[in-house]
Amino acid sequence: MKALWGEMNGRGRVVLAVAVLLLLLAPTVATRYLVSVLTLIFYFVYVGQAWNLMMGYAGQLSLGHALYVGVGGYVSAALWVHFGIGPWLGVFPAVLLAASFGAAIGWLGFRFGIEGVYFALLTIAFAEFTRIGFDHIDVVGGAGGLFIPYEEARLGEWWNLRGGQLFFYYLAFGLAAIAVLVTALLARSRLGYQWRAVREDEAAARALGIDAFRAKMKAILISSAMTAVGGVFYAFYYNSLFPAQMFEMSRSIELILGPIVGGLGTVFGPVIGAFLLTPLGEILIGVTEALGINAPGAKAVFFGLTLMVIIYLVPTGVWPWLSKTLGLTGRRS
Amino acid sequence: MTALLVVEGVGKRFRGLTAVDRVSFTLAAGEIFAVIGPNGAGKTTLFNMIAGVLKPNDGAISFCGERIDGLTPDAVCRRGIGRTFQIVRPFPGLSVEDNVLIGALLHRKDMAAARRCARDVLGRLDLYDKRGVQAASLTLPDRKRLELARALATDPKLLLLDEVMAGLRPTETDRMVEILKTLNRETGVSILLIEHVMRAVMALAGHMLVLHHGAPIASGKPEEVVRDPAVITSYLGQETVI
Repeated sequence: MKALWGEMNGRGRVVLAVAVLLLLLAPTVATRYLVSVLTLIFYFVYVGQAWNLMMGYAGQLSLGHALYVGVGGYVSAALWVHFGIGPWLGVFPAVLLAASFGAAIGWLGFRFGIEGVYFALLTIAFAEFTRIGFDHIDVVGGAGGLFIPYEEARLGEWWNLRGGQLFFYYLAFGLAAIAVLVTALLARSRLGYQWRAVREDEAAARALGIDAFRAKMKAILISSAMTAVGGVFYAFYYNSLFPAQMFEMSRSIELILGPIVGGLGTVFGPVIGAFLLTPLGEILIGVTEALGINAPGAKAVFFGLTLMVIIYLVPTGVWPWLSKTLGLTGRRS
Repeated sequence: MTALLVVEGVGKRFRGLTAVDRVSFTLAAGEIFAVIGPNGAGKTTLFNMIAGVLKPNDGAISFCGERIDGLTPDAVCRRGIGRTFQIVRPFPGLSVEDNVLIGALLHRKDMAAARRCARDVLGRLDLYDKRGVQAASLTLPDRKRLELARALATDPKLLLLDEVMAGLRPTETDRMVEILKTLNRETGVSILLIEHVMRAVMALAGHMLVLHHGAPIASGKPEEVVRDPAVITSYLGQETVI
């Protein structure tokens, strides 16, 4: 909490406290639809934050984070469906496997000096291979998908993530809050500064005694493990998993837009990004439907245009601009 | 005096080109040692072998009695050798203080202690008032001092300085000379300079080594070396007035 508090000045703390309070109370007045949108926002805050640690702080571009969501989701769902192992336990093997994928990608990339866009290509390749692989793993349903059955009797078993809408709302909120806290803590830690050094100039970082390989490995391990937990949430919230849907590149892109728009390498950037983009997507669906535009991709076109405008106006992200304009961080003059 | 850095018969070849040819010298603890020579003499290659960027083909480099040739740059730094880059490389997106803080964190686990150390070093190098400024917006002399500050914050026993005077005006050079002298006197840090600016070398170095085409042609006290006929013809030129 102290680390998070330290990010803000007095005014920022008041805004943060009020926002948290409003979100905690929101389900009492909000419609089911609004609660589901907010749940989705929290999910994107969480996974966006996990990606932000790796890209925003350590400067390693991953365009294949859907891999970790998918692996996390599939492992925990399969353990539940086939062996009745609940997600609280299943999350451990899920995280372990996703982090192993992360370790493999990191080791290949960082040990052999694959950097920048080439590293990004490596992450895409792994996600694509895994997608194709999962198409052929019959235990998890292959291309036909894996479904977590809806069982009336189990409804309310929150310890098995078989809860209702409110349960998932608060679970997602908790995950998002933890991700923000973890980011705030890491950002102020020794490791956080090592990451920044590697991001800014790897040769200079090494000249200051930083083992760049280890720092980058820690980044991808933490990021992939965190993202896998998001995958577990995703699996039990939506109850259906398809390889094409879980591992597709557009899923990886979707997850990184929030941090980019909100502000890379900032604690609240991914939060602001998710709160902007998820509702924007929903609004665009509504608008295109109301206008009777049924052309496929119409939503994507509007979405893309809006992103271009935002990035043109605030190239370093919305949060740095917003916090400065509203005077939420730093000393006020 | 005890030997801090011992370079013995070190050589480096790039394909057919011999960049450094069997260079040997010893740097005593607390000493300021300069390596000079014309462009392409192999100074930076020698420097990079000590700093762990390049692995020598022949010879050995020892620091505090241990072999360090072939170690990675970060391992070399952790043993107590700090370096600057010929073309300065501060972390551009970070503040001046955070740049130095990263150096200070090498041997300090505690954030508050590291920050105190960073501020202390910034104070020594006339950068304290600029600690909140983004490093990218500093002028060249400030960037050079920032690189020095960052290296110093890692508590080195030996500082490797690759042309820290290059691009500085005479008054700025004099200020840098004064800073280095004070550091050497007060903290006891040894310094290995690679330098073109003779005025700085003469003012600082206790010993110097002259390289030409990768090979040593003279070494000794600066006032003796500059009178050496081989040095005058290959590097300084007949008309040089120091």
